[in-house]
Amino acid sequence: MSIKVRYFASLKERVGHADAELLLPEPLSASQIWQQLNPDLAMPEGVLVAVNMEYAGLDTLVKDNDELAFFPPVTGG
Amino acid sequence: MSISLTSQAFDPWQSLAEYQAQQLAGKYGATAVFVGTMRDFNQGDGVVGMTLEHYPGMTEKQLALIVEQANQQWVLMDTLLIHRIGDVVPDDSLVLVAAWSAHRGDAFDACRFIMEALKKQAPFWKKERLASGEVRWVESNSNGYQK
Repeated sequence: MSIKVRYFASLKERVGHADAELLLPEPLSASQIWQQLNPDLAMPEGVLVAVNMEYAGLDTLVKDNDELAFFPPVTGG
Repeated sequence: MSISLTSQAFDPWQSLAEYQAQQLAGKYGATAVFVGTMRDFNQGDGVVGMTLEHYPGMTEKQLALIVEQANQQWVLMDTLLIHRIGDVVPDDSLVLVAAWSAHRGDAFDACRFIMEALKKQAPFWKKERLASGEVRWVESNSNGYQK
């Protein structure tokens, strides 16, 4: 399973990169993927999750070819 | 319905007049408009510039969803939404939301709904450049319905 992971704004700076590719033997939840990719960085409070550009929960299972995004609270307008 | 993101400065009143003349002449009875403009201060600090980051693809998708939800709740003839991205300076227009309807209630309420939902859900992030030279991310939007 191949998953694309994206980070935005302040979270991108904290993680140190905008994108990551991940190969998984089985589907994992968004929070499990965060832990796997960022073992030394606890997920900051208030982080939002999107799967395939739609809001999702931390427990959403991410599947093959999905695009998973983590970002801080939005501040547009 | 028109939703667009622009990296160029825009005049919201000109955009509004042009869109209205092309799309809607004679059809509407009420127009409600919100324009958001960049301030030169925030949280007590002078701000000299800002960068608006977004999530290409998701931002457009969320904005379309919000406008669709407004159309489900109110009877609207048309909506126009323009949002800046990239580098902006104080006095630049950041966002325009306009809603046209036969009557004022639907126009007012839909315009407000679209704007509040955008502030809460549309993936944009502001990074401020302060007069002091410091650069910082705006951490969150306030709830516009709370005093």
